Amino acid sequence: MNFFLETLVGGLLAGTLYSLVAIGFVLIYKASGVFNFAQGAMLLFAALTFVSLREQGFSFALALVLTVLVMIVGALLIERLVLRPLVNRSQITLFMATLGLSFIIEGLAQGLMGAQVRALDLGIEDVPLFVGEIMVSQFDLIAAGVSGLTVAVLALLFNKTRIGVALRAVADDTRAALSLGINLNRIWQIVWAVAGVVGLVAGLLWGARQGVQFSLSLVVLKALPVLIIGGFTSIGGAIVGGLIVGAAENLAEAYIGPLVGGGITPWFAYFLALIFLYIRPSGLFGDRIIERV
Amino acid sequence: MTATVPRLTASFDDAPLTLVRRRWRPGLLLLLLVAFVGLPWLGNDYWLNAILIPFLVLSLAGLGLNLLTGYTGQTSVGAAGFMAVGAFATYGLLLRVPGLPLPLALLGGGVIAGVVGLLFGIPSSRIKGFYLMVTTLASQFFLEWVFAKFPWFYNYASSGTISAPRLELFGHNLATPVGRYLLTLSCVVLLTWVAANLVRSQVGRNWMAIRDMDTAAAVIGIAVERDKRMAFAVSSFYLGIAGALWAFAYLGTASAGSFDINRSFQILFIIIIGGMGSIVGSFIGAAFISLVPILLSHAGQWLFNGNVDAGQLQNLQKVLFGALIIGFLIKEPEGLARLLGDLRERIRVWPLRF
Amino acid sequence: MHATFKRSLAAIGLALGAYATLVPAAQAANEQFFPLATYRVGAYASSGIPVWAGMIDYLRYINDVEGGINGVKLVWQECETEWTAEKGIECYERFKNGLNGAPVAIYAPNGAPAAYALADKAEADRIPLITLGYGRTEATDGRVFPYNFPAMLTFYSEASAFINYVAEREGGLDKLKGKKIATVYHDSAYGRETQGPLALLAQKYGFENIQIAVADPGNEQAGQWRQVRQLKPDWVFLRTWGVSTPVAIKTAARFGYPVERIVGDIWASSNEDVLPAGEAGKGYLALTPYPGGADFDIHQRIRQYILDTGKSDLKDPKSFGSVYYNSGLVNAAIAVEAIRTGQKKFGNRPLNGEEGRWGLEHLDLGDARLKEIGFLGLMQPLKLSCSDHEGGGAAKVQQWDGQQWKLITDWVQADRVTLRPLIDAKAAEYAKEKGVSARDCAAQ
Repeated sequence: MNFFLETLVGGLLAGTLYSLVAIGFVLIYKASGVFNFAQGAMLLFAALTFVSLREQGFSFALALVLTVLVMIVGALLIERLVLRPLVNRSQITLFMATLGLSFIIEGLAQGLMGAQVRALDLGIEDVPLFVGEIMVSQFDLIAAGVSGLTVAVLALLFNKTRIGVALRAVADDTRAALSLGINLNRIWQIVWAVAGVVGLVAGLLWGARQGVQFSLSLVVLKALPVLIIGGFTSIGGAIVGGLIVGAAENLAEAYIGPLVGGGITPWFAYFLALIFLYIRPSGLFGDRIIERV
Repeated sequence: MTATVPRLTASFDDAPLTLVRRRWRPGLLLLLLVAFVGLPWLGNDYWLNAILIPFLVLSLAGLGLNLLTGYTGQTSVGAAGFMAVGAFATYGLLLRVPGLPLPLALLGGGVIAGVVGLLFGIPSSRIKGFYLMVTTLASQFFLEWVFAKFPWFYNYASSGTISAPRLELFGHNLATPVGRYLLTLSCVVLLTWVAANLVRSQVGRNWMAIRDMDTAAAVIGIAVERDKRMAFAVSSFYLGIAGALWAFAYLGTASAGSFDINRSFQILFIIIIGGMGSIVGSFIGAAFISLVPILLSHAGQWLFNGNVDAGQLQNLQKVLFGALIIGFLIKEPEGLARLLGDLRERIRVWPLRF
Repeated sequence: MHATFKRSLAAIGLALGAYATLVPAAQAANEQFFPLATYRVGAYASSGIPVWAGMIDYLRYINDVEGGINGVKLVWQECETEWTAEKGIECYERFKNGLNGAPVAIYAPNGAPAAYALADKAEADRIPLITLGYGRTEATDGRVFPYNFPAMLTFYSEASAFINYVAEREGGLDKLKGKKIATVYHDSAYGRETQGPLALLAQKYGFENIQIAVADPGNEQAGQWRQVRQLKPDWVFLRTWGVSTPVAIKTAARFGYPVERIVGDIWASSNEDVLPAGEAGKGYLALTPYPGGADFDIHQRIRQYILDTGKSDLKDPKSFGSVYYNSGLVNAAIAVEAIRTGQKKFGNRPLNGEEGRWGLEHLDLGDARLKEIGFLGLMQPLKLSCSDHEGGGAAKVQQWDGQQWKLITDWVQADRVTLRPLIDAKAAEYAKEKGVSARDCAAQ
């Protein structure tokens, strides 16, 4: 029983890290209808920038601020050069554009900041804590806390500020929002910048866990099942989806894994997502779009 | 002008109504002649092994994906998974069925890939657009995992790779560069001919109708679900044969890792850049994708004489690729095929503008 | 549409044809070509970059300080493979005929996918492949694989060296009985390669052999290390590569498994692998046939002539003396010495592939020669032959102290005699599948 609980708790906590990545996607999808495949690359770029600045000797806080600025500039560039020319195109076209964008960002990241692996020290020690008989990782707890904080901040942003309400308006009905005089381009810039900052937070946490290097951008492939299960348009859904994926993955690896020789983690989440696609394509909390012939 | 035999009792009603002028295109014949005879005679090992064969195989793969994504509008990022099925299936057939001739093994591999594609295409009846893309992504990961995990597929080799069994056709050894080139070329020419006819037929028109507006297609009586599944099957058949050729005619060995998500993206890029919904586009896109990296790397060597960091050159190429993809999507969503077609039209009426 | 097809293809064809004829054909007299199939981008770039720096620095040292190999200058060119098979093939095809007249004697594919893909091609083209610490283990049997050289240490030998080290720590091979030894491995051909020898050794010595798979890329290993915590093995053999290594070390620490009981294999043994793990990596052990450290003789020489004069290929001087940098030095040294050996027979001139193979098969580096070239302690004595393409088979064990590696053993020899029947069986299987017959070594 202990083993089960431990696996479950560990999985849930690991899932919050997935959620953090997924939130970046949700933000962009909600406001601009684009599935941003480049989110992983943005994560990598943010983490690399931060680490490079720290290596140059900047303090933690200053490096953080500078990186946020870099992400904002990046968002501005992306909106201007990629989103604006492709306005009104199909979802697939925009997705493919973000695919191209991810190439560009990855190439720039490696080109400007080098390919060597860097350790990222956030000052959080990854020691085991014991809650009764169950072992929990301190790092995971803190990461979960950070995710929760991010969600709270975003919720505040969306519900209490004018910008946030405008974002929701754009997500709900772009044309109506336009007719009210909401500046669509400005909204997109803000959303991508916020997504960039969320990506930075996620990048820092993932980077602290595994070192900052190229494969950091592969977390995007883990975020997709989370989004399918939780819904593309809901932040709460991203959290729930992340929890489900994290827990299911770990439990599956522990209980089903030995039957097939282990190593089922990479695609089990997708398998789960597939099932969800069949029964509830829009995800648990997503907007239901019903087409009938 | 059709050459109709003059009849004594001509009747309007039963005269053949020709919609398409069919005539032999000497250009196409010349090209085929050059490809089959000229290039093997002229070409050296490097060109055949490292440039022409991968170009041909990638064109075939692009063609397969184009049938599904370009003509039927079902976006798929799982192309490499089906290539893997074809490669491993062909290997299995050649290994386990003694005396099976190579063409039959290739065909068998393609058919098995087609069946698997059909299976993964079943969700397409309920899921559309972006979500379907995620399904294909799932299929990609699953298939990649299967071929890495279960040793039966690669005959328990400790390296996890399958290697080309003896390639021979009617006693001729095809393992030489020229032999493999001719094998690939014949397959590609044959399958392109089939595809070209397929897209001009009722099936092709159905597919295009589904792509443009599947609701309307259903309304006019097209069996949308059945045709979608058929698109998956045919596309996977092509991809399977491309995968087998990739493994045996080009690389010599293959493992699950040769058919990973990056390969799927590569093939998707081929059809985006070359032109979705265009047979020629697959070839142009493949030429672009396989040649540009090589040209860039040679150019880098030649221009900078090795003084530029090879890694930076690679990063530059990545950035260039990404920029090109975005550029194509913005400027010319129908890809290079359309660009070149427009160019041809302009040249035709030059010096007039339109 | 067909006309466009024809025209565009004709245009491409013309361009290619023109390009082909424009390739310069200047002849270079008396130079030996060293092709460098590298990977400087991609997921493994951080591991690769110091390797090429080591190779290039050593080749430059030979050229500038020793005037080449008996007067034959070396020339090299890089080609990016991104650690993939098809780029590896493209680079091989580009280089196999030499560079401006300078022939290729030995080719290093630098990457497992390329190594597997090129194995047959190299046999057909008669160019020897040298795969240091990777590649097909069965190529040790040079009778079936005349052009494949998994020199110095194969995966099988590595597994055996690990077991022998554990035995050393436990107080003898007989003390292994009943012990639990877990292997956390990257779930790929690379990771599974040691399953065979470990099973054989487990049978022989009576220890419990547990295998735990980590799926690629391995950035989440909680499940695996939870399992390890449950099983409480005495030792863990870490057979990971790339990002899965630092994640493994960190996760092990998180689950409370003592990191001093984890021994990494040679591809999980460099600074780049442990640095991201931070504090958790202190005390981590690793096997290595080319220990880390910059105070070997050759390093003094290279520091004097190459590093301090700014001729080094290293962008990050901290990597000087890292395990991967040293592996590049060793790789280049073996190739150079093989050519030197070949020149004794064929004359002081550039060698081709066939002659390079002869040189490799008659390579005999003893302690004396190693001292001369400055590699004593860095490289083990190596003797290759027609039937033994591996040679050495020993590794040292080093421990990470947070800043650098400290050697804690001398050369730990693998039990090659026990493992040889496994290798011979695999080679025979390959021979049967391909229909090749083993050569007779006595006739060489």
